[in-house]
Amino acid sequence: MSATTAEHTHDLQHEAHSHVPPYHVQLKSNRMGLWLFFISEIFLFGALFAARFYLWYVPGVGQTRPELSQELGLLATTVLLVSSYFVFRGETAMEHGDRSRFLNSYMMAALLGLVFFVAVVVMEWNVFGLEGSIAGIELFGHLGVDDGVYAGVFYAMTGMHALHVITGVMLLLFVWNRGRKGDYSPERHWGVEGCALYWHYVDVVWVFFYPALYLIGTAVH
Amino acid sequence: MKFLLGFWYILTSSYIKGLVGQALFTFFGFQFLNWLLPENLSEFSLMIGSIIGVIGFLLFAGVLTDWLLWIGGKETPLKHGAPEGKPEWTRYLRPDVNHKVIGIQYGYTSLFVLLVGGLFALIFRLELAQPGMQLLDYQQYNTLFSAHGIVMIVSILLGVGAMTNYLVPLMIGASDMSFPRLNAFSYWVSIPAIVLVLTGMAVGGWDTGWVGYPTLSLIGPLGTMFFLLGFYINGISSIAGSINILVTAATLRAPGMSLFRMPIFVWAALATSLIQFTATQTIAVALTLNLLERATGLVFFNPAQGGQPLLYQHLFWFYSHPVVYVFVLPGLGIISELLPVFARKPLFGYKWIALSSLGIALVGFLVWAHHMFVAGMSDTLRIVFMFSTLFVAIPTGVKFFSWVATLWEGKIELSTPMLFVLGAISVFLIGGITGPILGTVPTDLHLHDSYWVVGHFHATMFGGFIFPFFAGLYYWYPKITGHMYKEALGKLHFWLMVPGFWVMSFGQMSAGIMGMNRRYADYDPALGIETQQVLVTLAAFVIGWSVLIMIYNFIASARTEPVAAINPWGSRSPEWQIPSPAPEFNYDVPFEVVGDPYDYGLDKPYIRFQAAAGD
Repeated sequence: MSATTAEHTHDLQHEAHSHVPPYHVQLKSNRMGLWLFFISEIFLFGALFAARFYLWYVPGVGQTRPELSQELGLLATTVLLVSSYFVFRGETAMEHGDRSRFLNSYMMAALLGLVFFVAVVVMEWNVFGLEGSIAGIELFGHLGVDDGVYAGVFYAMTGMHALHVITGVMLLLFVWNRGRKGDYSPERHWGVEGCALYWHYVDVVWVFFYPALYLIGTAVH
Repeated sequence: MKFLLGFWYILTSSYIKGLVGQALFTFFGFQFLNWLLPENLSEFSLMIGSIIGVIGFLLFAGVLTDWLLWIGGKETPLKHGAPEGKPEWTRYLRPDVNHKVIGIQYGYTSLFVLLVGGLFALIFRLELAQPGMQLLDYQQYNTLFSAHGIVMIVSILLGVGAMTNYLVPLMIGASDMSFPRLNAFSYWVSIPAIVLVLTGMAVGGWDTGWVGYPTLSLIGPLGTMFFLLGFYINGISSIAGSINILVTAATLRAPGMSLFRMPIFVWAALATSLIQFTATQTIAVALTLNLLERATGLVFFNPAQGGQPLLYQHLFWFYSHPVVYVFVLPGLGIISELLPVFARKPLFGYKWIALSSLGIALVGFLVWAHHMFVAGMSDTLRIVFMFSTLFVAIPTGVKFFSWVATLWEGKIELSTPMLFVLGAISVFLIGGITGPILGTVPTDLHLHDSYWVVGHFHATMFGGFIFPFFAGLYYWYPKITGHMYKEALGKLHFWLMVPGFWVMSFGQMSAGIMGMNRRYADYDPALGIETQQVLVTLAAFVIGWSVLIMIYNFIASARTEPVAAINPWGSRSPEWQIPSPAPEFNYDVPFEVVGDPYDYGLDKPYIRFQAAAGD
């Protein structure tokens, strides 16, 4: 092999061996990283879930739960589930290159997420100490800090979940903003996909939290 | 002039900027919340203010810049190398995305924190050398031993981060981690965590030990809150860092590197990351609930208000038992990695060692309640956890068996890294055989919370982390710096530290059997343990000095002639086949794996650099 060929080979190697992983490898890494994060968060929500069954167990009575507004819980749950539909709709639209439908769907999902957040923090937690009712249904929760482990677990579980919801809303809006500027294409839209996955995940967590908080056990106090 | 310029670079480093940001954000965050919220929530305001402070640190240090620009819609390509017009070493003062820079940042931070935690130990060891109180009062003593615990744990986690970050991409032939910015974030978020823990010492200290059990933690001084919060923030670093390692090892391995052809340390890094990225979340919950109960009055643990203190212990130990395997698995990986190099023989039972790491990680999740044998658990559970605990001995035994078999009839070369590996095995053996006595319920009832536990624990930590970590530092020092450390000083370090540790360990265990309680500031002279106490204190000082010798060695050796050979140890591992220090992107010519990693003494190559590309 002559010297020039050797140099030429070396140049070729250098070009072929780019130091940035190709897009499909990075996409695989991104997906795996996000799923590992979800597995990690199972332990976070799982520990809270376990704490609920540990602390709300009353010997002789069995599992208990605080008395909460069933209407409010059902409303919040419905809103969150519907928001997941819009995220799905938006992601599918992006895959088909329909940008305006993608943008509308993500904005809608973010708004519904905000409604959920308001339903939990403003209405159920009643942070502003409001009162009021529509058609005999109380609009604001009455659980207070002095309600012992019932308040503790309820605030901890809904609070940790609401933190994830508000993070998700922010992510949806960031992605919406970048989508508006034309950053995503049907071939390359990891931001859209990752955000959608995260939103569905937060939704699934609530599917476990809702019955644990509102349905399982005897209502007491 | 050069000196002044260097001083200026340090003064404007991200560390200092971050601290300024943390102080400002904490102060204004607290003031604002304190104004907003009712008066009885002032500790809650301080807690949230401190979290805002952590964000302030990250913002001012520049860790979040790229992500904020991304949100604003700007493209942010990764920047490599030192900022323009600044010397190369200033890279270490700012968030850099290169995994080797981050690994080294982890490394020196770990050593610095190790010295701080060691200093705490030396102070309270002086106090314990004699019965009666001479130097400290009770609260100071409590704060010092508690801080020693948590500071050392942070140091070990940073040390684990140093090893995994520096080595894993190099060993698998990747140019960097999968998520370089997240990698930088993982390191930098641990700095405000350390600041919070040390702040806790300044504002009243705390007396809960590193475990922070309620209800003591609920009534402790304000320092308790900072300690719990610092502990919590450090967990973010663990989770982000471990996910990064797992993904990197899964997606960026060189062609031909199947799972069972990875260097054995990568297996250890994977096992350790599997624990870190899951279990850390449960202690996050334990600490969150503890903080909330302290700061807001919500009830979880206080039995007087219907809470369950045992819940905290379950959540706490579900992380804190597996985490000791986070500490030791990388160390055991280093032992397995180095033994074949210095025995010039294949590693005995590669697959078994690889799987035993996973086995330890898995079994580690099923044993947590053996820390609670005297806490009032049901008898049935105690038996179950006793058996699962003893089960840990099986995968650990596999490792010992393989180490001895690897050494058997090897051509052993006793340079400093090998000495530390052998020291690690001897010390870990002490820790290992004193463990089942604590894992067995009847004997644990007597030894629980005695100095026997302290002896056992320190033997596992020194054998499983400190000795192998030092072995790794000596072994990869030429790789990291391009210089060779001074062998004579390395040997002196070893011959001070090993006997020092043996004396300390046996002294602690002997004092424990004779009635010395763990965590007590004082003891009755009638116990007859003054000799042991003096010996333990002396040994602790010998260990402390020996570590200073190592640090001097590393600083002084950096000024010597660069090492001539590319591969001073004759290692087969990929990272030793390229120049030292490794180039920015590690492998300018990619390699593929064509053989097994530890076939020392056999004429079969492990890797082959690709001759031609374009395929």
